[in-house]
Amino acid sequence: MMSLVENHAAILVVILPLIAAPLAMLFGNRNVAFLLSLAASAGSFLLSIYLLMLVKDGAVLAYHIGGWAPPLGIEYRVDAANALVLLIVAAISLAVLPYARTSIEKEIAEKNHTLFYACFLLCFTGLMGVTITGDAFNVFVFLEISSLSTYVLVALGAEKDRRALSAAYDYLVLGTIGATFFVIGLGLIYMATGTLNMVDLSERLASMEGNRTVRSAFAFIIIGMGLKLAIYPLHRWLPGAYTYAPSAVSAFLAATATKVAIYVVIRFMFSVFSIKFGFEQDTLKYIFFPFAVIAVFAASFIAVFQINVKRMLAYSSVAQIGYMLLGIALFSATGLSATLVHLFNHAVTKGALFLAIGAIIYQIGSPLMANMSGLGKKMPWTCAAIVVGGLSLIGVPGTVGFVSKWVLLMAALEAGLWPVSLMIVLSSLIAVVYVWKLVEILYLEPLPKDSQAREAPLSLLVPTWCLILATLWFGFAADFTVHVSDIAAQSLFDGKFGQDAIIMGTEGRS
Amino acid sequence: MAIDFDIDFILGHINYWLFVILMLTGLYIVVARGNLLKKIVGLNLFQVAVFMLYISMGKIGGGTAPILTGNPDEVYSNPLPHVLILTAIVVGIATTSLGLALIVRINESYGTIEEDEILELDHQKSQSEIIKVAKEASNDS
Repeated sequence: MMSLVENHAAILVVILPLIAAPLAMLFGNRNVAFLLSLAASAGSFLLSIYLLMLVKDGAVLAYHIGGWAPPLGIEYRVDAANALVLLIVAAISLAVLPYARTSIEKEIAEKNHTLFYACFLLCFTGLMGVTITGDAFNVFVFLEISSLSTYVLVALGAEKDRRALSAAYDYLVLGTIGATFFVIGLGLIYMATGTLNMVDLSERLASMEGNRTVRSAFAFIIIGMGLKLAIYPLHRWLPGAYTYAPSAVSAFLAATATKVAIYVVIRFMFSVFSIKFGFEQDTLKYIFFPFAVIAVFAASFIAVFQINVKRMLAYSSVAQIGYMLLGIALFSATGLSATLVHLFNHAVTKGALFLAIGAIIYQIGSPLMANMSGLGKKMPWTCAAIVVGGLSLIGVPGTVGFVSKWVLLMAALEAGLWPVSLMIVLSSLIAVVYVWKLVEILYLEPLPKDSQAREAPLSLLVPTWCLILATLWFGFAADFTVHVSDIAAQSLFDGKFGQDAIIMGTEGRS
Repeated sequence: MAIDFDIDFILGHINYWLFVILMLTGLYIVVARGNLLKKIVGLNLFQVAVFMLYISMGKIGGGTAPILTGNPDEVYSNPLPHVLILTAIVVGIATTSLGLALIVRINESYGTIEEDEILELDHQKSQSEIIKVAKEASNDS
């Protein structure tokens, strides 16, 4: 039994939530649905730890679905980069689910709770599938599974604020345009090469740099994914979706959805198309780099003036995505490693912050800063979590935020771009402003006399503090994340995704 | 590599020209129309254009359906893009129905499906939040 699970770990991380979703619907009981979701997330979480342990020193695993060998069959392929992303998605899902059980009681009508869990599981399935698959078209299929359920999850916020509906609609239109651009890109590379398997693609594309079809395919794929990951000028859907979605959904999306999209961009840039292509280096230099810098400054600056805390965190997410793109745009293994470290660190930090804000909203019923004055005295644990998360967002030593900023600074200095490292430090100062604004309201403003606020229930505090402790733990013991990211970045940079893989799950197949 | 824009080139690629026209028409409607329903129609055109791209690339002139006939010289179309696009069609249906469902909900709570009116209502709500904040600040001092 154990060896069966181990052999099929690569498919089980996706299949578990995929099976649990319709089961949760069929049982129709919200407690059963919750337990099923929790079990599926826990299973995926344990298996993604197992997968990460197998690949953390540079091995590549392959799994042939149904025993059909690629390029005919669909292949799942795990290396250090996507094992790390798998772990992020599964860990955040496991932390958010127990939180969601309490938080949705005030946000979503009880009859919709089973549907919420089903959608959540489908979204989770999609994100895991996008990350693990080694087949380019399969990326699109899973992307749409996760996107469609995300639109529903965002729209579920409509019971508190009807603006969730227009936010979900905007997200649907822009997300569909993004996904369709992505499919056009895939169609064009299929026309040029006749294959959709990523390893096969990279072999055939290697000699096709001058091919116009390949170039336009690259453009379509990057723009399509750019919409999904909210590269600075394409981020219009993000603030609305994060602000009006239910708290648990905001936390889950902020921590996972854009991260997975960034992973897909990295995978296509480095493993499918070759990074040696001139047009790709130009894209990094003239598109990613300036927009990343603009994102970091403009979005942080906009965040300062928000009166809605969730909206403020959403704009801060756009800025943090800028840091990740900056890492890619530095065009070095250290830069890429900085991106991957930040992917993990920002997921933990932003997830924790959205959960903590959600706990305040659960108690006072409003996401506006003005209604939160003086809560530091009434909700000490929640507010302490916000302070630690905020420090990590700024990049104070002792938190994960510091680790990512440090690695990014080193990468910028290594590339000889000292103005960039100066900009990283300067933009952190803007983060100080908006984090301080929140801290000031929570601790230094007087509490309204008629305030009924109490400390959040344990079911909200425990998941929040699990992520906060992870923020601190990986801030001190950064060896693990930095090691995995270095290995992943190096193997991406050297194009080792296509190396001879250990094939899993062949036992018992004829 | 110079391309001759002669009549053969244009007619030989007629599917692809139509794909480009249809796709841009759809995208234009999504961007330019304020009515949410019309936006969904535009989105549909945009997606259907991509179906056409995939179907065209799999089609071989004079080819039949890819069914074994016993004749090894039979010319048949590439079934893979056609199969792929079945998936995309399903995705398109799901997106359209979800979009329409959202429009129904928006109409119920806003009473309109015109984008600028919705934006205006959202804007009023944000303004009232800001005014509330300012009022509370002046009460404190």
